[in-house]
Amino acid sequence: MDGDRRHLLLWFFAAATAVKLLLIPSYRSTDFEVHRNWLAITHSLPLSEWYFDETSQWTLDYPPFFAYFERFLSFFARLLDPKIVDLHKGLDYSADSVVYFQRITVIFSDLCLLLGVYRLTRKVETLRRNLICVLVVWSPGLLMVDHVHFQYNGFLLGWLLLSVSFLQDGRDLIGGFLFAVVLCFKHLFAVAAPVYFVYLLRHYCWAGLATGLRRLVALGSVVVAVFAAAFGPFIYNGQIQQVISRMFPFGRGLCHAYWAPNFWVFYIMLDKGLAFTLRKLGFDVQVPSASFTGGLVGDSSPFAVLPQITPLTTFVMVLLAITPCLIKAWKKPQPGLVGRWIAYAYTCGFLFGWHVHEKASLHFTIPLAVVAVQSLEDAKHYFLVSIVSCYSLFPLLYEPQEYPIKVLLLLLHSVVMWLGFTALYSDEKALKKEGGEIKSKFEMGCIEKGYLIGLVLVEIVSQFLHPYFLGDRYAFMPLMLISTYCAVGIMYSWIWQLLKILT
Amino acid sequence: MPKKNLSGDGTAAPIDTWWWLSHKGTTTSFLCISLFALLIRSAVSMFPYSGAGTPPKFGDFEAQRHWMEITTNLPAIDWYRNGTHNDLTYWGLDYPPLTAYQSYIHGLLLRFFNPDSVSLFSSRGHESYIGKLLMRWTVLSSDALIFFPAALFFVLVYHRNRAKSQVAWHIAIILLNPCLILIDHGHFQYNCISLGLTLGAIAAVLCGSEVLTCVFFTLALSHKQMSAYFAPAFFSHLLGKCLRRKNPILSLLKLGIAVIVTFVIVWWPYLHSVDDFLMVLSRLAPFERGIYEDYVANFWCTTSILIKWKKLFTTPSLKSISLAATVLASLPSMVHQIFSPSDEGFLYGLLNSSMAFYLFSFQVHEKSILMPFLAATLLALKIPDHFNHLTYYALFSMFPLLCRDNLLLPYLTLHLLFTLIYHSQLPKTKASSFSFTNFPGYVFLLRTHFVISLVLHVVYLTIQPPQKYPFLFDALIMILCFSYFVMFAIYTNYTQWNFSSHFRSVDKEKKQI
Repeated sequence: MDGDRRHLLLWFFAAATAVKLLLIPSYRSTDFEVHRNWLAITHSLPLSEWYFDETSQWTLDYPPFFAYFERFLSFFARLLDPKIVDLHKGLDYSADSVVYFQRITVIFSDLCLLLGVYRLTRKVETLRRNLICVLVVWSPGLLMVDHVHFQYNGFLLGWLLLSVSFLQDGRDLIGGFLFAVVLCFKHLFAVAAPVYFVYLLRHYCWAGLATGLRRLVALGSVVVAVFAAAFGPFIYNGQIQQVISRMFPFGRGLCHAYWAPNFWVFYIMLDKGLAFTLRKLGFDVQVPSASFTGGLVGDSSPFAVLPQITPLTTFVMVLLAITPCLIKAWKKPQPGLVGRWIAYAYTCGFLFGWHVHEKASLHFTIPLAVVAVQSLEDAKHYFLVSIVSCYSLFPLLYEPQEYPIKVLLLLLHSVVMWLGFTALYSDEKALKKEGGEIKSKFEMGCIEKGYLIGLVLVEIVSQFLHPYFLGDRYAFMPLMLISTYCAVGIMYSWIWQLLKILT
Repeated sequence: MPKKNLSGDGTAAPIDTWWWLSHKGTTTSFLCISLFALLIRSAVSMFPYSGAGTPPKFGDFEAQRHWMEITTNLPAIDWYRNGTHNDLTYWGLDYPPLTAYQSYIHGLLLRFFNPDSVSLFSSRGHESYIGKLLMRWTVLSSDALIFFPAALFFVLVYHRNRAKSQVAWHIAIILLNPCLILIDHGHFQYNCISLGLTLGAIAAVLCGSEVLTCVFFTLALSHKQMSAYFAPAFFSHLLGKCLRRKNPILSLLKLGIAVIVTFVIVWWPYLHSVDDFLMVLSRLAPFERGIYEDYVANFWCTTSILIKWKKLFTTPSLKSISLAATVLASLPSMVHQIFSPSDEGFLYGLLNSSMAFYLFSFQVHEKSILMPFLAATLLALKIPDHFNHLTYYALFSMFPLLCRDNLLLPYLTLHLLFTLIYHSQLPKTKASSFSFTNFPGYVFLLRTHFVISLVLHVVYLTIQPPQKYPFLFDALIMILCFSYFVMFAIYTNYTQWNFSSHFRSVDKEKKQI
């Protein structure tokens, strides 16, 4: 029945494609111009100038494989409309040709995601497989970020899922190879590198002295080969310093302009709260000159009371957070649990990382979708976290035209999830009766229900009540409210995942 | 776990892949599918509307905006009257009063958020981001508030005694009606209101509450006079049912009173004098525009290639000829329903009468295919193959219109979406004794139609028509669609007639047992 299951996967993909095609004329963020500029850079300039060019403010800041990918796409772009790849004339080009071209490349690149899902779910039974497919291919977060805001996350996450699928099959060498490839596409995925390192070392290379050493050498050489293929030309040209500085721009601040719902939101709120109380109590607390979103201004800290946070601090915190998972992976490396560990690693990276975008929540919600169908608790957890992370992406699409679309995407996703999970975990005995209500074991707890209803209230306040009563004043408040509220949900998810891994 | 149907002959029927969607009942799956349908509508709304950026006349969007401007600024009696503030030559109101009231309510909404778009005179040709958005949201809300509940009502009534496995598919077919989405949310119109009211009337018939039927249908007629396409079916079915009652005159009287009361309430501002009433009526039936306009796939327009109707006859005589032809075409289905009314036959009657009107009526537009198409979506479970082809040709008949509106991408996408939904769960049909597919050459004819249509799609988009015949390709498309519609109409009329004899033979069998 393999043909049948392939048909169904293609059906899901085609239905999603129909929606994506209709989203072509929607709002595009500056990321659209960023990628168009990269098409122009990689097409019009020789390799030695790719990471040096500054014709446009949107300089190349992804690793070389992504640049090669853009080079490949630029070939077709030039066939369609040469102005797209023109370095100077194509600046802020927004004609139909470039919009359709770029949007369609994202749709095509989603085939990678489909391949990843297909491979991951080959051995899973029908209902679970369909549900995973629905959760990943029809993910509202992915639709909003990739096909409206504009990015290539589907493509990259496809590679990641492929890598996980090979690890789950026990074919560690290919899994490691694919992860190295992903790293060379987007270095942000490196957060899960410790997990991979520990798992592969323990599972693949810990097999007696001779075999182990041989495997270690094989793995090492594969990874080195991938990095060589990516960075080789630039090392040869002596440009590796420039490439690294472009990839890791630490001139940016702790938080992105829209605060991602992570741990630092609480830290900042705490700092502000303490500063306020201390001032009221009469202490002399200086107003900080630096801001959170701007860069590090010399030695001055944007924090009034609490200690300053540096990139190194965040790095250490992320590593500390991942450590329990690494210990578990070391003690008992099970292929079936790899997906969980990687999702956990990305959650930690999201919560404690430096200059995190809320788009990064896709990195853990997509792998978690695959895990969600494994047990009732996983399903309940996923229901909550996917709704919260999707809602946290709402501020990305701030124009009124997209409002019904994002709300409907989230509502549809929630209803489909609810229907799917209740069907998956329905009471066996009740099924024997035809007709009548089928009871399900899938029931959210009171706190979770309350939290989700609170989400609706937050939306009403930030979208309707705030503009009505306060107009343009305190414009940062709705965003702060959304970030803080979602951060609670994501912290809960982190703690839940941690407990699940430890037990 | 998904249920497996194990039939006695040993072959396992396909596992119901959509079990998880409909296991919580019809209403929940309706909610799920309607969210998706609203999403598709919101997405199509982002595309251009009719007459976007084309002064001085623009298109249907400007017409609707103008009606909002007129109704919010002038008293009701002046809405249909030519006056200093109301220039009827610039998109004068040509739908009945309920459209005017709806324009008034929407106009109030627009005035609250964006007064510039409905201010008298100065808002002519007003085009802005927020104006477009508000107008699109009025259509979306009308759809959600009128068409969707009516569809739910229909589905609940129609499927109450049937197996639940096909409900979700049917809901998707009704709600994801590609023609309706493209016209209402793309081109820009409010067909969802009149079609929703008609759908409510149809559901009320299936429910047995005839007074409600009359109320809903009168409201539908008062919103768009094109709802009269369905009038013969309603009339003949209700008449047939009343004649079977103990006291036919009393039943008819009840229904008549319901119609008259609803009518009076809606048309109240225009019933104070005969002149007012006639003034409105003259706007509803613009006979001076001729028997056909543009290239629509109906009888008069298609045959005008060979027989120049407009040159041979005067407009009044063409009026009578088309009336006669329409009545003749819908007569078989009407007679059938009067003598043997049944729910199933009624649905076929709707399809047949609306198709007859589409093919033979006066001043038909391409958009009027929505009426027979709605009836076909209701019958989709019974005639799946024919419905599939009808959708294809109905969309194709609107293709030139959609191309002019720059709605090519939504057109192609909705084709794709419809195909996906249609094939997601193919309904099982009983092989009937008379099957069109048995008719020699039918399959070949259908295949050649399809190939020609594909060629025409490409030709229309890429090649420039010759100077002498600038509308050559439009005409070819029209001929192709017309020939399919005729085949379709013959099939459905025949099925309706067959239906009664089958029905009667089943009755006889029951009596014998």
